[in-house]
Amino acid sequence: MSHLLSALIILPLVGVAALLMVRGESDSAKNNVRWIALFATLITFIVSIVAWGRFDPSSSAFQLVEEGEWLSETIRFKLGVDGFSMPFILLTTFLMPFCIVASWVSVEKRLKEYMIAFLVLEALMIGVFSALDLVLFYLFFEAGLIPMFLIIGIWGGKRRIYASFKFFLYTLLGSLLMLVAIMAMFWTAGTTDIPSLLAFKFPSGMQTWLWLAFFASFAVKMPMWPVHTWLPDAHVEAPTAGSVILAAILLKMGGYGFIRFSIPMFPEASLYFAPFVFALSVVAIVYTSLVALMQEDIKKLIAYSSVAHMGFVTMGLFTLTSQGIQGAMFQMVSHGIVSGALVLAVGVVYDRMHTREISAYGGLVHRMPLFAIAFMVFTMANVGLPGTSGFVGEFLTLLGAFRANTWVAFVATTGVVLSAAYALWLYARVVFGTLDKPSLMTIKDLSAREIGLLAPLLILTIYFGIKPGPVLDVFAAPTEALLKTTQMAFDAAHLALALQ
Amino acid sequence: MVQALVFLPLIGFLIAGLFGRVIGARASEIVTTGLMLISAALSWFVFMRVGYGDGAERIMLGQWFASGGLVVDWALRVDTLTAVMLVVVNSVSSLVHLYSIGYMHEDRNRPRFFAYLSLFTFAMLMLVTSDNLVQMFFGWEGVGLASYLLIGFWFQKPTANAAAMKAFIVNRVGDFGFALGIFLVFVLTGSVSYDAVFARVPEIAAMKVHFIGVDWNAATITCLLLFMGAMGKSAQFLLHTWLPDAMEGPTPVSALIHAATMVTAGVFMVARLSPIFEASPAALTFVMVMGATTAFFAATVGLVQNDIKRVIAYSTCSQLGYMFVALGAGAYSAGIFHLFTHAFFKALLFLGAGSVIHAMHHEQDIRHMGGLWKKIPFTTAMMAIGTLALTGFPLTAGYFSKDAIIESAYASQSGAQSYAFILLVLAACMTSFYSWRLFFMTFTGNARWGHDDHHGHAADDHHAHEPHESPLTMLVPLALLALGALLSGYMFYGVFIGEGYGEFWKGALFTGENNHILHAIHDVPGWVKNAPLVMMIIGFVVAYIFYVRHPHLPGQLAANQPILYRFLLNKWYFDELYDFLFVRPAKWLGYQLWKKGDGRVIDGMGPDGIAARVQNVTAIVVKFQTGYLYHYAFAMLMGVAALITWYMFGGAH
Repeated sequence: MSHLLSALIILPLVGVAALLMVRGESDSAKNNVRWIALFATLITFIVSIVAWGRFDPSSSAFQLVEEGEWLSETIRFKLGVDGFSMPFILLTTFLMPFCIVASWVSVEKRLKEYMIAFLVLEALMIGVFSALDLVLFYLFFEAGLIPMFLIIGIWGGKRRIYASFKFFLYTLLGSLLMLVAIMAMFWTAGTTDIPSLLAFKFPSGMQTWLWLAFFASFAVKMPMWPVHTWLPDAHVEAPTAGSVILAAILLKMGGYGFIRFSIPMFPEASLYFAPFVFALSVVAIVYTSLVALMQEDIKKLIAYSSVAHMGFVTMGLFTLTSQGIQGAMFQMVSHGIVSGALVLAVGVVYDRMHTREISAYGGLVHRMPLFAIAFMVFTMANVGLPGTSGFVGEFLTLLGAFRANTWVAFVATTGVVLSAAYALWLYARVVFGTLDKPSLMTIKDLSAREIGLLAPLLILTIYFGIKPGPVLDVFAAPTEALLKTTQMAFDAAHLALALQ
Repeated sequence: MVQALVFLPLIGFLIAGLFGRVIGARASEIVTTGLMLISAALSWFVFMRVGYGDGAERIMLGQWFASGGLVVDWALRVDTLTAVMLVVVNSVSSLVHLYSIGYMHEDRNRPRFFAYLSLFTFAMLMLVTSDNLVQMFFGWEGVGLASYLLIGFWFQKPTANAAAMKAFIVNRVGDFGFALGIFLVFVLTGSVSYDAVFARVPEIAAMKVHFIGVDWNAATITCLLLFMGAMGKSAQFLLHTWLPDAMEGPTPVSALIHAATMVTAGVFMVARLSPIFEASPAALTFVMVMGATTAFFAATVGLVQNDIKRVIAYSTCSQLGYMFVALGAGAYSAGIFHLFTHAFFKALLFLGAGSVIHAMHHEQDIRHMGGLWKKIPFTTAMMAIGTLALTGFPLTAGYFSKDAIIESAYASQSGAQSYAFILLVLAACMTSFYSWRLFFMTFTGNARWGHDDHHGHAADDHHAHEPHESPLTMLVPLALLALGALLSGYMFYGVFIGEGYGEFWKGALFTGENNHILHAIHDVPGWVKNAPLVMMIIGFVVAYIFYVRHPHLPGQLAANQPILYRFLLNKWYFDELYDFLFVRPAKWLGYQLWKKGDGRVIDGMGPDGIAARVQNVTAIVVKFQTGYLYHYAFAMLMGVAALITWYMFGGAH
């Protein structure tokens, strides 16, 4: 039995233990804190690469499985990954060092606690994507709330308390329903083992209720319209690195939940509710794109744009087509990179000017040409320009949607026009124009540290745009397997209907 | 070789873009221009090999992405149609690169400019060499990006920024249809590769498909959706509004992107997809109607514009309409032929206009020009050649290609045949008028410049006030393009639409069994053949009377017809209409959804509402805490009474 996955969860916690031993508030102590945190995340990333090397993407089975005694005979500590979860573990471990480096100078207050919160968060997020027991999954899923809540509430902006409570209220409410559903599933199936549950057939009537309960939780996490309003506030108030995690990883847990639980475990309910999800998704795409158009705060605009992009994801997943599902999964990875990068880019100017008001900027290109290039590439990826990673997911989800329902595809495709409008308008107001604001006259271009932050993301954005295979193909095997089993479930259900 | 000619501009882009500031402006110019010249030479070589030999090929570069049954490759497809486009794109691009060395010599950001030009060229080459619809979409949006960057090249100008955004967003409206078209093609045929799709066209033509609540003929709706993309990129009526504004970009950009190459991508698309369009007479009729409408509409607006570049921009828009009429008539090769010749004379006109602007120190209003022929005789001669070719003077390029289109409109079996024919003939007259109007106002008559108009440069000693002829790097491209404007029609008429047709195209353009349009245009009556010539003469004579003999006449006419004049001057009020219909409502709706939808409804009933309820309850509780002892005593008594009552009635056994 390999212990790579538990090692991935434990490594950040080892970093936490090391951090706890650092004493004092001196500069050298702070430096130690930074380096320990960076080191811990880098080691975790390297180990995740090792795990990736041992992973066979052509198989749809769970791999690197490990299992141990835990709460009871049936509720066990079980970890494992398949093609749906592996890329998200890599995304998490890949982005974590960026978060640490992004906080290098901008976080002064309670630095040690800050880094601890991030490392704990990393461990929990890896846990979410590798848990193969429903209770274990729930534990990681909910516990992840706490460090994020603290990151926003302690290191956030002016309205951080409001934002963190809003975030907490929304996500907790959804989760409680999921807990009830998990109990019901345990009583019915007699197990919380995820592979067993995937093979278990829940009665049709029960599927409906379980689906709704899970939906309540995942829809909030995504976030889907109309339970999205926590995100803009949380985004705006969170420190840069917190926003990166929020946009890049936490939002993906909802989508992961749909593909791991809702669709394979409750296929009939998923089919039944698909039009409902489509409706919410296209409303999200159009509605939040329009709202994004009018935002006055850069980060809020990006947050609304994230909601619109997540609309493509939910739409794609519930088309139950290979293009829709693979595209949605790819869109999540791509959005993780691109939105993370956009947030980092906003952090760059925020660190200099301490404002995110769009109207406070203008003409940055004159003094920050490198920043202008990076921001342009990420903006174009955000509007789904072919050749950037943003295109592939958008294209495939829309294609899947077209196969499922032409109306859905028709309305959702207007998103490509609206996204161009809000994104380019933002760019024009912040970067182009004349540099006439006195406060901007001395603004400096990217530092070496910032180039180091943005360049890898920029390269990946373009690389995955031209050659998405390394990520996209990983989703292929589990997608095909999933479609096969759902199809069998539908056939069986139709058979049952026919017999009546 | 094909790989080289496609990727050399990309290399140029990367060198100038990444290291432009290190290697300097001069080196960036030399590298990008040099690579472009090599690429252009290779294109002509490929053109000869493919067009006159047997060199059509498909070069697989690798897989882009695949999912389920969808496979999208990176591949280069070279047939005669592609070869023609390669020649057009790379010839004009290399000349524009060369020209820009002179035109942009004062600009500090030349490395960036040349990088963008090369990036554009690369994207355009990916478009024309595409082997499937998604790769075409890649090039399509890629040229859109380059166009956006180049229109907004002078990013400190708010008008340039606005124009760049407008171009991108309006094009995205077209791309919305294009994307849906690609999805539909995949759903119908299970592929996006041209060959696989074309093979299934006969089935599609007989199929019905349900799309957004309506049953359509599958071929028709596919074509209409794809054509929406073409309308955006080629600035056809309703989606044309971005093209005139795009003139905010530097003039070489206008010549390359907004005259010779990118805007013709829509024409290329329809020609490339001719097997699908041939299957839908309804779609072809629609193409013809849109083309004719655009040709007429843009020509009317061109009559009254005063900005030298805008006149030519509307002319481009109008000429693109001509090309679409040819496509709609099924005369694909005539459309491509006009694309080919138009690239030379329109690039010539734009670069000539650039030379005039250069000479006039950035003056673009032809009302402030006049009499320039004495100062810049070479430019004047070049512009005269361009104008002759555009208006279709016998034996120049436009004479062959434009007349063929007008004849094809007449000979077409389409339901829109007479509509298109009449509008095109009228547009030909207007084309001649506005072209000569531009020429006369700019180059002949009295000088209307040089006194108080030279704001901005007045204090600049090193600029003489006198207009001056442009440097050699600008004049050589003009001369070469003039050669093309004079000879390309005569030289290539035979192979494009004459007797060499079949041997030259080798099936790159598809024509159905019942499509005999190319034969039919030889049999049109004599008066049809002569109509364009007559129109050209009328336009010329009227322009001559108005702007040379009796220069007071135009003003009088405008004063007599104020409504019509304002209508044309304001471009039929399309910008105002769209602002009213789309821009303002979108902003209003966005604001309302944000403040009312998110703020009042969702947050109001959700988290804030709950928080507020909690506060209400607390407030009520607070009211109970009055501080008077007897209140508390009373409450306590009530509680004790309640407890006893509960106990007595058997609550606790």
